[in-house]
Amino acid sequence: MRIPCPHCGERDVSEFRYGGDATKTRPKHGEGDLKAWHDYYFLFDNPKGPHTEYWQHVLGCRHWFKLSRNTATNEIGEAS
Amino acid sequence: MTAFRRLEKGGRIDRGKPVTFTFDGKPLSGFAGDTLASALLANGKTLTSRSFKYHRPRGIVSAGVEEPNGLFTIGKNEPNIPATTVDLTDGLAVQSQNAWPSPDFDLMAVNSLLSPLFQSGFYYKTFMGPFKKSWMFYEPFIRRAAGLGKGSYEKDSDRYDTAHEFCDVLVVGSGPAGLAAALTAGRSGARVVLVEQDSEFGGQLLSERTADLEAWRKVQLAELASLSNVKIRARTTAQGLYDDNFVVLLQRHEESDAAKGKPRQTLISLRAKSIIFATGALERPLVFSNNDRPGVMLASAVRTYLNRFAVAPLKRAVIVTNNDTAYLTAFDLAEAGIAVTMADHRKVIPSDLLSKAAMLGMAMFPGTGVADVEGAKQVSRVQLAGAHSASIECDVLAMSGGWSPAVHLTSHGGIKPIYDEKLAAFVPGGFAAAHFGAGAVMGRFGTQAAIKDGNDMGARAVADFGKTTKPVAPPEGKDRAYHILPVWLPAVAGKGKAFVDVQSDVTVKDIRTAHQEGYVSVEHLKRYTTLGMGTDQGKTSNINAIAIMAGLREVPIMQAGTTTFRPPYTGLAVGAIAGRTIGHHFRPYRLSPLHDANKASGATFIEAGLWMRAWYYAWAGNSPETAYIREMELVRKGVGLADVSTLGKIDVQGPDAAEFLNRVYVNGFAKLPVGKARYGVMLNDDGVVLDDGTTTRISDTQFYLTTTTAQAGEVMSWLEYLLQVHWTDLKVHVTSLTDEWAGMAVSGPKSREALQLAFPAADVSTGNLPYMGCLEVNFDGVPIRLLRLSFSGELAYEVHCPADHAHALWEHFLNVAAPLGIKPYGLEALASLRIEKGHVAGLELDHRNTLDDLGLGKMAGKEKAYIGKELRLRENLQAPERWSLVGIELMEEGKKLRGGSILFSASDEIKGHGRGYITSVTWSTELNKFIALGLYQGGLKHEGEDIICAFPLKNEQMKARIVSPHFIDREGARLNA
Amino acid sequence: MFKPYSALALAQHALSPERPWPRAWRAPEPKSSYDAIIIGGGGHGLATAYYLAKNHGMRNVAVLERAYIGSGNVGRNTTLIRSNYVIDGNTQFFEHSLKLWEGLSHELNFNCMVSHRGQIVLATSPVQLDTYARRGNIMRLNGIDAELLDRGQVMALLPYLDYSKDARWPIWGGILQGRAGSVRHDAVAWGYARAADTLGVDIIENCEVEGFIMDEGKAVGVETSRGRILGGKIGIAVAGHSSHVAKMAGLSLPIESHILQAFVTEPVKPMVHHVVSWGAELFYLSQSDKGGMVFGGHIDGFNTYTQRGQFPRIQTVAECAVSLLPFMSKLRLLRHWGGIMDMTPDGSPFICRTDIRNLYFNGGWCYQGFKATPASGWTFAHTIAHDEEHELNRCYALDRFEKGRELDDYGIGNWTYKQ
Repeated sequence: MRIPCPHCGERDVSEFRYGGDATKTRPKHGEGDLKAWHDYYFLFDNPKGPHTEYWQHVLGCRHWFKLSRNTATNEIGEAS
Repeated sequence: MTAFRRLEKGGRIDRGKPVTFTFDGKPLSGFAGDTLASALLANGKTLTSRSFKYHRPRGIVSAGVEEPNGLFTIGKNEPNIPATTVDLTDGLAVQSQNAWPSPDFDLMAVNSLLSPLFQSGFYYKTFMGPFKKSWMFYEPFIRRAAGLGKGSYEKDSDRYDTAHEFCDVLVVGSGPAGLAAALTAGRSGARVVLVEQDSEFGGQLLSERTADLEAWRKVQLAELASLSNVKIRARTTAQGLYDDNFVVLLQRHEESDAAKGKPRQTLISLRAKSIIFATGALERPLVFSNNDRPGVMLASAVRTYLNRFAVAPLKRAVIVTNNDTAYLTAFDLAEAGIAVTMADHRKVIPSDLLSKAAMLGMAMFPGTGVADVEGAKQVSRVQLAGAHSASIECDVLAMSGGWSPAVHLTSHGGIKPIYDEKLAAFVPGGFAAAHFGAGAVMGRFGTQAAIKDGNDMGARAVADFGKTTKPVAPPEGKDRAYHILPVWLPAVAGKGKAFVDVQSDVTVKDIRTAHQEGYVSVEHLKRYTTLGMGTDQGKTSNINAIAIMAGLREVPIMQAGTTTFRPPYTGLAVGAIAGRTIGHHFRPYRLSPLHDANKASGATFIEAGLWMRAWYYAWAGNSPETAYIREMELVRKGVGLADVSTLGKIDVQGPDAAEFLNRVYVNGFAKLPVGKARYGVMLNDDGVVLDDGTTTRISDTQFYLTTTTAQAGEVMSWLEYLLQVHWTDLKVHVTSLTDEWAGMAVSGPKSREALQLAFPAADVSTGNLPYMGCLEVNFDGVPIRLLRLSFSGELAYEVHCPADHAHALWEHFLNVAAPLGIKPYGLEALASLRIEKGHVAGLELDHRNTLDDLGLGKMAGKEKAYIGKELRLRENLQAPERWSLVGIELMEEGKKLRGGSILFSASDEIKGHGRGYITSVTWSTELNKFIALGLYQGGLKHEGEDIICAFPLKNEQMKARIVSPHFIDREGARLNA
Repeated sequence: MFKPYSALALAQHALSPERPWPRAWRAPEPKSSYDAIIIGGGGHGLATAYYLAKNHGMRNVAVLERAYIGSGNVGRNTTLIRSNYVIDGNTQFFEHSLKLWEGLSHELNFNCMVSHRGQIVLATSPVQLDTYARRGNIMRLNGIDAELLDRGQVMALLPYLDYSKDARWPIWGGILQGRAGSVRHDAVAWGYARAADTLGVDIIENCEVEGFIMDEGKAVGVETSRGRILGGKIGIAVAGHSSHVAKMAGLSLPIESHILQAFVTEPVKPMVHHVVSWGAELFYLSQSDKGGMVFGGHIDGFNTYTQRGQFPRIQTVAECAVSLLPFMSKLRLLRHWGGIMDMTPDGSPFICRTDIRNLYFNGGWCYQGFKATPASGWTFAHTIAHDEEHELNRCYALDRFEKGRELDDYGIGNWTYKQ
């Protein structure tokens, strides 16, 4: 799999670190109750199909970015 | 007995270069250009092996990678190698497998007599009794009988390389379609890679006799070789297709290269913009009684042996077919003077074939198939049945059940092949973008069609990059239409076993059994009968099996399903995948900037994750068990110097740096004064401890943060995540200094004196540099940081400096403070000193423990927000009786506390999960006893209580006492001194 | 028509081949309703159905399988069984499983080739050895066999590992569980299916669940590709696709789907007589009874349902294999494949009731689904039959993260497998 880093361009997946579902809303710092943080941190939609997720170019520019990818096919979409 | 002979002339072998090799220790000879298979046949070795289950005599079946039978051990340690894929080289030592004492006379053949018992799945039905674990009795026998060749424990002396490549167009296969595709694409100027698994380019062309095809092949190759933008690679197999056009190629270098110290194989990770699959097709065997006898071969293989290797059947050949292509073999054999009998399942045969057969004097039996094959150790006679019955003596029986496109690679991406009724074969079920198929893999079996396909696909592939090209001119000629009558089971069944998978000894009867018992899905069929699970992965057997099962189920073949094709296409040495990343290259070594300094100081090193750390030093002794004790004493009584460069070091800068750290750490950092350090603990979102370390405020907008060695990378990534993803409003930047900066601890009651000697101009008095203070000084013109921190509990400092200057600074300390008796101390002493002081590290910070468990709950800010604050309050994380940090003192003299001991109260029954466990143990030089840190239910509420430390693995139990984890200097007098 | 399997039956059958073996399990048409429906015809689902019938007398049970039974992870794993767990709850559960494995072939009258050849987990640092000591001590204290090995003892048992100076990490020792081993994985699915079928369970293949039928907040049935089927109780056992199925019932799970790759080499004569593991790279290797070396490592590290692995991970695992066992270099890889794992935050599974009445959930197996199969079915059946968790699976509730009751057996932290 090749991942398009918005800064460095397309690179092999082995240079990246996966950071999970990027569509979830993190409660604001210091806000949100236990349930809100639990749902944010522990529960995942985990869809079979289009997925927007975080990746870090950890062996490159260390940029964190959002990537759309289809989990049913590994087809890569936009990175931002 | 022999079935084949070498012709006086012809073939592509180099008769000027004789080659000698040994087979089971006996010397044989062949020619350069031979494969091991062709050489064995030329030497009359028709019976080459015994089958896996029934030990039936077997011979070579094919001339390619699909070979199911002719497997040998090459050299001492390379088992199961198909003879058809081995270039014959001088000195090659070949052993037969799975036969004792020899394939010719195999005592294990007694298995054949018991064969009615060995029906498919028999082992699921027996070997269960008489006891619960009876399989343990049977298993060794089964294991010994199973397995093909014998492996060797010997270390592989060959070298393997890995490489990365990129190209515009990858063409897989160099038959007429592949050659045309590569050249068409190459003429556009695109970067093309053409790979061919054979040692020569040409595919099917290499088995042809006509001069104009050979001439055409040479012209195309010459032009390909002349193009600088085209790379052509023989002996290179496209083993697997992965996401985003990532193709794994395995290049086998010529043996002579390997002998010169070059790698034997190179695994190339190729990323292609587009791929043209010209992978050809594999011929299928026919299924009939005793179709496994040596001398029963694929028709196309017989032709290849004849034309390419000049190896011909002795006198007489019978050919049985259900399609046109076997006639090519028949005609070539007849022209070479072999008596040919042709049995064709079809009643109606194209007239051009009939007339040519008549002209060549071949005996023709239309509407006829093979009922049975005779011959104890090789085929001697074939019984034909159907429209005609006849019994024909022969040396070789060539069979063709039609052609299966090699859809393996095209399917790796997840697109399943589909069944084409007209071709009676599976063809690619479609292609992803920028993938193209050309020639036989698409079911277009003619040479002209293949070249046209290659031209078209080559042009389409480069058109995607906006390039134009011109097609390759085909040779003169015209394709015949391909006609096939699918025949899956013999019309007249003989009495013998009819094999579907010869390597796994799976017969038609086994498939019937699987069907009767309900193992009807293709995957159940494979798994229940082991069909297609061998080294050939069912290249010649899968389709026949699917079709037979479809017939039994009375469903169309497409409905019966296909198997999933998995990489690699052919067996791929694990060593080739690993390349050079093995042994000490397996993972990189991380070396501290002080590594050489440590070495010069007499350090013995120990692996700690990726790091090599100074474990103990020669001055203190030569065993870790005693050296660390002397080093501890040094620090407690004098002054020691330790390398702490492996700590994570992060520079945090920006106007919001203080606010950022204040959010990340549980304790406050907003008001940390410039020039002061603070110990901080950070939690994960889940409220569990992530890491700890000391952070120093260098200026209003700059902090110097340290992490534990283990979590350095994690913490860095986490801070970047927070800043880049969630707190984009904060003006902060983090930079890792772990590799750029070195750190050393100067510890002990005499450490201030040492510091003063090292930096005579600096004011290192307590007034100017108090505990948790920071001072920037110059060393050799370089600014370095003196931090007054203590991990050992003694008066101590950490000195951090740019990595390039660390070695000099280290030596400086050892020199100037020599009068104080300064010496280096290592990891073992570092870790032991901190236990005495009760600092948590390592196994205490194991992601299961909360702030409160570690006795650090009071650090958390009550008012301020920090990461993990909410989930830290989860019910069980706040439970009163949690296992939390305690000190433990051994109460029995002459015994030894052990890490991993399970803790019980004095009155507990010693079983279950106990009340806690020991995390870290050391001998205390201060207390003269073994002490430990551990976690205990209820923690320090039980201070002073006697407990039991159980270590059942060594049948030990010993008495100990719960004490404060701060074994020394609870008031902090020493570190504040 | 049930025909017991035995050597005698095999011999009789060999002598009179005209009498075929009966189907191992029937292929019934789905009935309109059952007392219990198990979604998922993998090892766990089939085991659950078997124990529902056997232990709880519930025989009007259907197992619904989307494809063919055993098409998921029960037929894709690396077949290891062991019970070397350190956390209270895990220890007892996996030991119960190992005990059930010990008698399974007899219990099912189907030879699952349960091989107690022993597993050795290698330690490459003193700290690792300490953590294994804790593990082994806990095992012993719970009546489970464990031996702590020093370097010399490992050398004696596994002489083919790399003990040279060239090794990247020296082997300090290891821990041996003699009763651990391997099982013929497909046989587990088939054996449970045949035994459940014999007790009256309907195993319905090619039947995909497309939705749940709810009535006043209770689950009362499912819509399937073969029509509507009502069920008094419904159990989900579809690990790998748990999120997908649970979502149809409106449940959100603490699960992500990840791919774990597995590898097999060509068959050779017996060379490796134990299961060899190394925790640092989650590497494990054993030799199957057929002779192939079966091995694997970490998950690829990002969520996917493709069953296709990435090549860099394959290289990582191959490097590990050759570095630990240098002879592996010459053996040829024949096939590699991937299975989709339910990964949970703490690496431990779920066997529990859900917020929806009469709907039960079994999943989140991470790396350890196969070895858990018998105990998973056994406890899930109990949970379904009695509408409450058995003592052995009480800790495997879905709400354990809200309560802070993580079961992190390796002390690596929530979700950290993704790194």
